[in-house]
Order: sequence, then structure tokens, then C-alpha cells
Amino acid sequence: MSSGFVRVDGRLPDQLRPIKMAVGVLDKADGSAYVEQGNTKVLVAVYGPRELHPKHQASLDSAIVRCRYHMAPFSTKERKTPAPSRREVELSKVIKDAVSQAIFLENFPRTSIDIFIEVLEADGGTRCASINACSLALANAGIPLRDLISSVAVGKYRGCIILDLNDEEDEAAEADMPIAMMPSLNMITLLQVNGVLTEEEFKRAFNLAVKGCMEINMIQRETLRSVYASIKGEED
Amino acid sequence: MKTFRVVSQLVRARMVDLLSKNSRIDGRGLLDYREIKVEKGFIGRAAGSAQVSIGSTKVLAGVKVELGEPFPDVPDKGILTVNAELVPLASPAFEPGPPDENAVELARIVDRALRETETVDLKMLCIEPGRKVFVVFVDIYVLDYDGNFIDASSLASIIALSTARIRRFRVEDGKLKYEDGYMPLPIRHIPVTVTLAKPNDGPFIVDPNLEEELSLGNRISISIDELGRICGIQKLEGTLSVDEIFKAISIAKDVAPKLIDIVRRESGLNV
Amino acid sequence: MTERRIVLPGELLVEGDYQPGLNVFKYGGGFYASKIGVLSIVKQTVSVIALHGVYEPKVGDVVIGKIIDVGTFSWTVDIKSPYTAVLNASDYFKGRFNPARDPLIKVLKPGDMIIAQIADFDRTKNPVLTVQGFGLGGITRGIIVELSPSKIPRLIGRKGSMINLLKREGKCQITVGKNGLIHIVGEKPEDEELVAQAIRKIEREAHTTGLTDRIMRFMKKGGS
Repeated sequence: MSSGFVRVDGRLPDQLRPIKMAVGVLDKADGSAYVEQGNTKVLVAVYGPRELHPKHQASLDSAIVRCRYHMAPFSTKERKTPAPSRREVELSKVIKDAVSQAIFLENFPRTSIDIFIEVLEADGGTRCASINACSLALANAGIPLRDLISSVAVGKYRGCIILDLNDEEDEAAEADMPIAMMPSLNMITLLQVNGVLTEEEFKRAFNLAVKGCMEINMIQRETLRSVYASIKGEED
Repeated sequence: MKTFRVVSQLVRARMVDLLSKNSRIDGRGLLDYREIKVEKGFIGRAAGSAQVSIGSTKVLAGVKVELGEPFPDVPDKGILTVNAELVPLASPAFEPGPPDENAVELARIVDRALRETETVDLKMLCIEPGRKVFVVFVDIYVLDYDGNFIDASSLASIIALSTARIRRFRVEDGKLKYEDGYMPLPIRHIPVTVTLAKPNDGPFIVDPNLEEELSLGNRISISIDELGRICGIQKLEGTLSVDEIFKAISIAKDVAPKLIDIVRRESGLNV
Repeated sequence: MTERRIVLPGELLVEGDYQPGLNVFKYGGGFYASKIGVLSIVKQTVSVIALHGVYEPKVGDVVIGKIIDVGTFSWTVDIKSPYTAVLNASDYFKGRFNPARDPLIKVLKPGDMIIAQIADFDRTKNPVLTVQGFGLGGITRGIIVELSPSKIPRLIGRKGSMINLLKREGKCQITVGKNGLIHIVGEKPEDEELVAQAIRKIEREAHTTGLTDRIMRFMKKGGS
């Protein structure tokens, strides 16, 4: 059924948007990353591990993760007021839960790792782009990780299962499903379904999402490698 | 974070010593800006946008234009509003939450220079007096903070405004009619802001970096437009004598044309 | 010498009969990297020499810190690690401390820099410093430069070759803190600045060949 189905931006159903990634883009942060997926643009900074104030929030045997997902007022079609919405509060939590799984929190008792996400332009898939950027920024900060986390959304749009929805597709979709995973360890760290899918559709969508995550993981790894490529030609 | 606010005494001593010999810790001349970089049109969803870096200080300004009601006391004018966010990714010292006093002060400094010069001709943005006007939002996002976000923000804001494009429109019997294509906002002036700092005994510098900002103790921001008019002054921390204030203004007037040239080059604005 | 392989978090390094070393974890039968770094296999121990990361304090390390707060009985010291350190007045005054007579702020105030050694640290408490030892104590002159802690071994060089070159050619005393801060003190500010520039060059070019020779030429020329 997907043969010949062409999407609003001319992509095939199983095709990602053009992706751009960079790490170490901010001077003051301990780790940072910038990710573009299509028109969606996300900037992430990581601070820490650092001492936690107020101290009573601290955990005696591990670091805690604090995460703020926030949209710039000019990121959306209508100007978004800068005060955090309920949606942003929820996304902050699900992103935190998704990326915390990868961090060796037990190495840094009594500290916090603070993740700040600014969506500079929103054209669908902002939480997935955020997770991809968080993972790069955490690696860039030198925080010990079990794996990089890769994330993408799939959805059902006019009866067809499609990968990496843009905003126009997202608004018209019958269902959308963001997932995030640790590809090397084959573990899922985020799964949300919004809409209605049959079991068969879910399986197809899920498999497509895993394939998308694998592609994104390759790009993340290339991005990190390219930064350190010069190191290969060692040393005295 | 406390460690951020405390500057090493060694650095402070070296800084003041160098200033007495007319040089600076990062090797700049007293009246030199760090390298200024501009990237415009970066946000597709904004009518206009500009990312300005001064050294590693980085600011993104976005302009959105929407319909709204005019203020009752100026029923025949559109509205300009400037908002600034010191987003927490920019510095270990910035916290999430509503704009604090520093963010509000920053927004008001930028706003004042634009407003007092009538840089945006708001009369042109009225559709139906008392009922319907265009509202121009300038949102300033400080992304990386290594000192002097005021000058970077004012530069990013005027470039975002002067490169903004809105749907071409005309007004017929108080009704808004859109036409084909896009048009610029009515921009009449180019105000820029020059921030200066000095130690108690020593010369003024422009564009203090973060260590200078935290160490020198006396700071002032002066906005100047392309006609050389003073269109806003904010004394920040510290104290300055009368003579020092006149000195600061004359330096700002000397330095401002360089910033105004950048705006002209980026926007093609001919004012 | 084997090829130096850059590895990334989650990358499978080896399988089989090995021991996990620094920045490596075991999962199933495999050994995986947890940080970006260079793979190192010595005997049967697999480790990753990290290219990034914060300084994790270890007892015995010499560090350079900044006083950020002064209490009645101790100073709080930023040592550029996840944990701020404590310097007790009883250590500074060798036990002859009387809070009524010796206000701490008279001795060390916020912004002052110190060279200290980590005397005590574990998971339950913050690092405790001591300034009792040769070369330890308050810093009164010179400059401090910062280097990523992961590049400190490169600054020291094989058997101290690089750091000795800098000391000799730069005519400066240099103290290297394990936490990535370096104290340079010389006769003239120009000498200090030249050494600082050389260290920045080492930071930029840490992983290129022939660096020691280039630094030697840089120092002889008095800058580039």
C-alpha cells in the first residue's frame, strides 16, 4: 500500500528528513549539541554533574537528572508565550525519563545533571530531536553513558505508516508514536502512542521506528567521530 | 552558582595592572569589540531573525508579527514589545523560571532605544484605529553568556527587525487586505548599544567580557542611533563621575558607527 | 604500537576473557565504552582514556582551587569537580586555631587561589583538603591557566619531558593541578604569558605528532 505514496514534502514513507548535527556548540556549558531534523531546530546544554542546591533534593547514592524542555517564542506559527505550558512540563519529564536510563547516575552521588533544551524552531518531532541532541550533549560533557540514545516518531497518516512526521503530517495524522532507544543494547527508553492503531499497524510502525532510530544512531556516531577524527594521527 | 560569581584575585589584579598599561587580558585594545558574527534569517517561522555572536557571547533574536488591539491611549498605532529570556543553557548562573531582574532590565534597555527613536514606524502598522493593529514581538534569547549580552541583544534585535518580512498588505476602509508577496517593516532608524566598563582607577573599555564585567565594578550602557543621537543610557553597577560619564558618551559615539555599519551591511537598510 | 581507536559510548569493544578498566562496563558477554575516548587494552584490562569529562577527585591528588566562601571553621573551595572541597581552619593553622582570634577572612578570602592536596574523599562526603606539605598553600602571584583534565598527561609528557621543557625554556615555576588548573609564576609577566600560550597550544594540538618539537621551537622563538 505504501508504494507510490508521496508525502507533503515529497519524501517516501520510510524516509527521514535531512538531518544536521553538531556538538560542543556552546562555550559555557559542560556539554552541548545542536540538531536539525527538517525545519525542526533544537539546542541542548548539559551542566554537571554538579552540587545540587537545595541539598534536600539530592540523592545520597546517585546523581539526579533535571530537565527543562522549552520552546522559544518565535519557534511556532503563532508566537508562544515564554511561560512553560502543560505540554512542555510533560515533555520535560518524558525526555528526562528517556535519557536518564542511559546515564551511570550511581557514579556521582549527591549531584545533579541539568539538561536544558531550547526548541528554536518547531516543525514536528521536537521531543525526538531533543532526545537525540541530549544524548550528544551528554557524551560531549564526558558523562558516562551506557549507550547513545536515538529517537524518532512514526505515525499513521491517511492510512499509511510513515517515518519522522513533520508538523503538517503530525496535525493530520490518525496516530503518532515517538520512540527512543539504546540501539547497541536494544532497549527502549521512550514509547508514547497518541491515536488509534491496530496491533498489526503498531508492529509495522514500531519496526519502522526502530529502523529510523538505527539510521539516526549512525548519524550521531558520525557526528561525534568527525569531531575527534584528527586524533587518529597520533603522537610522539 | 557561587563559583561563577567569584573571580580569581590573580585575574583581577592582572586585569587592572594591564589596563593601567592600556591593554587587556585577552589582548584587545581598550576600545575594541571582540569578533562580531551575524547570521540572519535563521528561524523560518519568524518574520525576521538574527543570531549575533560577540566573541563567545551568543544571542538569538526573533521577530513575530501578529494582529491585536491597540493600547487605548494610542489607538492609531501598532504595538512593539520586547521580551528577553536568559535561557539556562547559556550560563551556569542562569536559572529556569520567569525573567529575573537582569532579563527584564535587558529587555527594557533594548526596548527603550527602539521606542524613543521611533525606529519602527508604528503608525504604519495601524489597520483600524482603536480596534485592530499589528503587534511586533521581539524575543531575545541569550544562548551563550560570556559578558556583554546587552550590546549583542540590541544588535540582534535591530538586525532581526530590519530584515523581517511580513505579508504585503493594504488597508481599505479600515479593513485589512493582503496582497501577493512580502514587504519589510517600516524601519526608520538604527539604534545600537555600546556598553563600557572601568575599574575605579583606570580607563574605560568597551565590550567587557565576562571576567571584566564581574571584576571592574563600574559599567554603563549607552544607545546611539545613526544620527549620533543618544537614545538611551543605563548606568549598571558601580559609580561614575560627571566627567567620566561625558567621556563614556564620547567613546560610545565614536564606536557606535562600526555597529551601525554592520546593521546596514546585513539589512541593506538605507537610513 | 597498535592503532589508536576512538570509541564512543555504547560501542562494543571486545568480548571474552577481559577485565573492565576505566570508562568500560560489562553487559552480557561484551565490554562496552561509557565515554568518548581512546581504546586501551593492557594485558587483559580494557579501558577507555576519556577525551572529556569532569575531574573526579582522588585522595593524594594535588589540585588548584578557588576560595568561594568563608565560614567560621572552614573555607569552601571550588576545585572544578562535581563536589566543592573543604579546607578546615584546623588544617591551615596546624591545630592552633582559635575562631575568636583568627577570623578566616583575614587569611584567605573569596577569589584567592590555593594549591592543596586531597586528604580525604568518599561517596558520602565532599573532598577535604590539606595545605600542609611542600609547595602547598595560598597563591599570591603569577597566573592560572586551565586545561581539560584529560589532557594533563600530555602536558606532563613522557617522564615529564614536556613540563620540564616549559619550566626550563619558559624560566617559570609551574604547578600542575590534577583538576586541570595550572599555576605559572615567573620573573616577568611576559615569561608567564609565553608559557600560558604554549599550554594553550598543547591543549589545541594535544593529539598530533611532533608536538614536543613544535613546543620547543615555539619557546625558543618566544611565541609564534
